[in-house]
Amino acid sequence: MAMTQQELVDMLSSLTLFADLSRPQLEQVAHKMTEESYPVGQRILRQGFTGTGFYVILDGEVAVKIDGDERAKLGKGDFFGEMSILLGEPPVADIVTLRQLHVLHLGGPELEGFLRDHPQVMFRMLKAIAMRLRNASRWRS
Amino acid sequence: MAELAERPFPVGDYPVVVVGSGPGGLQASYFLRRLGIDHAVISADPAPGGMFRRFPFFQRLLSWTKPFAPVPREDRYYEWYDWNSLLADEAGARAIMPDLMDGTSSFPSRPEMERNLATFVERTGLRVRYDCRWESTRRDGERFVLTTSDGEYRCAVAIFAVGIAEPYKPDTPGFDLAAHYADTRAAESYAGKRLFIVGKENSGFELATGLLQWAQRIVLASPRPAKLSVNTHSLLGVRARYVQPFEDQNLGGGVFILNASIDRIERAGDGYRVFCLRSEGGTELAIDADEVIAATGFVCPLRDLPELGVSVFGRSQLPAMTNYWESASVPGVYFAGTIGQGVAGMKKYGLPANSGAVHGARYNARTMVYEVARRHFGIELPRAQVKADQLVDVLLSEATRSPELWNQKSYLARAFSLDAGEGIRDEGIVPLAQFVDEEEQAAVAITVETDDTGDIHPAVYVREQGRPAVETLLESHPLHDFHTVDNRARLASLLSGATAGAVR
Repeated sequence: MAMTQQELVDMLSSLTLFADLSRPQLEQVAHKMTEESYPVGQRILRQGFTGTGFYVILDGEVAVKIDGDERAKLGKGDFFGEMSILLGEPPVADIVTLRQLHVLHLGGPELEGFLRDHPQVMFRMLKAIAMRLRNASRWRS
Repeated sequence: MAELAERPFPVGDYPVVVVGSGPGGLQASYFLRRLGIDHAVISADPAPGGMFRRFPFFQRLLSWTKPFAPVPREDRYYEWYDWNSLLADEAGARAIMPDLMDGTSSFPSRPEMERNLATFVERTGLRVRYDCRWESTRRDGERFVLTTSDGEYRCAVAIFAVGIAEPYKPDTPGFDLAAHYADTRAAESYAGKRLFIVGKENSGFELATGLLQWAQRIVLASPRPAKLSVNTHSLLGVRARYVQPFEDQNLGGGVFILNASIDRIERAGDGYRVFCLRSEGGTELAIDADEVIAATGFVCPLRDLPELGVSVFGRSQLPAMTNYWESASVPGVYFAGTIGQGVAGMKKYGLPANSGAVHGARYNARTMVYEVARRHFGIELPRAQVKADQLVDVLLSEATRSPELWNQKSYLARAFSLDAGEGIRDEGIVPLAQFVDEEEQAAVAITVETDDTGDIHPAVYVREQGRPAVETLLESHPLHDFHTVDNRARLASLLSGATAGAVR
């Protein structure tokens, strides 16, 4: 999906993760992160591999798989990769593309600085992680 | 008439058509010919060279060629020291670049690079139909039809090596008032001017560096802080040769490097007023300038390929591709040259491969052509057998010296299949992201990787049959000689099970 700079910034402003950012901040996010595309069936994160990144889905769909078993699906506006970067550990799940994927990517070493520069994004990420934790607790109970 | 008659590749039906006569198109054509795959090469340009017929404007290339290296020039391993020559199997067509340089720098000048590519064409006898512009594309059953200024070409496989060559300016109000980097004039014509350069990538800093002694004032602006290649441990970021503007800023020398987005550009008197929003705090800033230059990059000139179904993404309008640089949505359409950077690969720690530069793209092109040969023409390349007791040495030798692995870190790997029936076979250079996701055959691949500390070390990926690859990082070495006792022992232990199966 080809987008102009303005269209990309408009799209970012519609994603929950970036909902609190001003226009100049969104432009900065668009410049800091790299747009990437992945074909169907490719792993983006790989269980046990080092050097992973942080990804925000702009279009497409991925499956979260642990030892080959699908655990969840992620789509537009969802993000992944932050857990292994924050913990400094290789991912515990594979992320596999189900439909052609268009993402914004940030290299792992840049995530901490990025979140410190954009505390609103950090807060939104924290909320999303809290919701995942709550849902995981519900499934268990 | 005689001249017309000499033009190769008349319109017609070919197994493969290559579009473009820059490094990517020439390299793809070279390997197609080596494999005996009939093809036509067409180019809108009048001569070989692609983007190097025009760019870079000032200074020199960003890619080195070191005339004095620890290995002979005819050796494959010399490619690591020579990022600008194209690949060739015959000695006379290898390492052309160093002989054409005047000795003043290890970074060739643009005219030297253009001569390098023209010399490659002469020595290899590659043929190109120049002044033949690809205009549109359609399908006719199983074949693609490329309409050109000379007529229609039909083919089963089309390889587009058309660069990322179309000047791009953001759709922000007033950008039509700005000149693009591609329209930069002779340096002296900027004498005494106040310049506003939009963009803080290499092209912006190339202009700033080239115009430092001419301009009265230079402002560079873009939303995020500039990255420096010496900090990113890669070619990502502003290269070391272009850091002079940073020093001028720090010493108060008339250069200002701002983190700001451009809100709009308006005319003001004889010049322009650029309205910026500071990235920190969002305050507005109005800056007057005599000239505004958009160093905002280029997009792929893919013409009507999106209408054919080729999906594109991003601001550069790159095609979405597989790991073998084939369109992800239209099989049979491939891409070579700098467009290949649209295949991200593993991108460990966020570090990109060098697919946008000749020293990465030349290996991508060869790997892609071999895949085209296998998939579309049933050509199986010879796969040398390797003895089990030599495999550790072969792998560590590749990690220490292989130009493919060093130029395309975490991106290309040397693979060996470990099949019980066939023994250990050299599978050549493969895209790493492809290798680690294939599960059918037991195999091992070695690559070279840079970690987040800048440390360069080998990484080995072992695949058991029917299972995804497992990553193991080997230790680094201060002088990058990876044949260490620990690495040998580690690798031998990793391979003991897998190779035992292969030699049974």
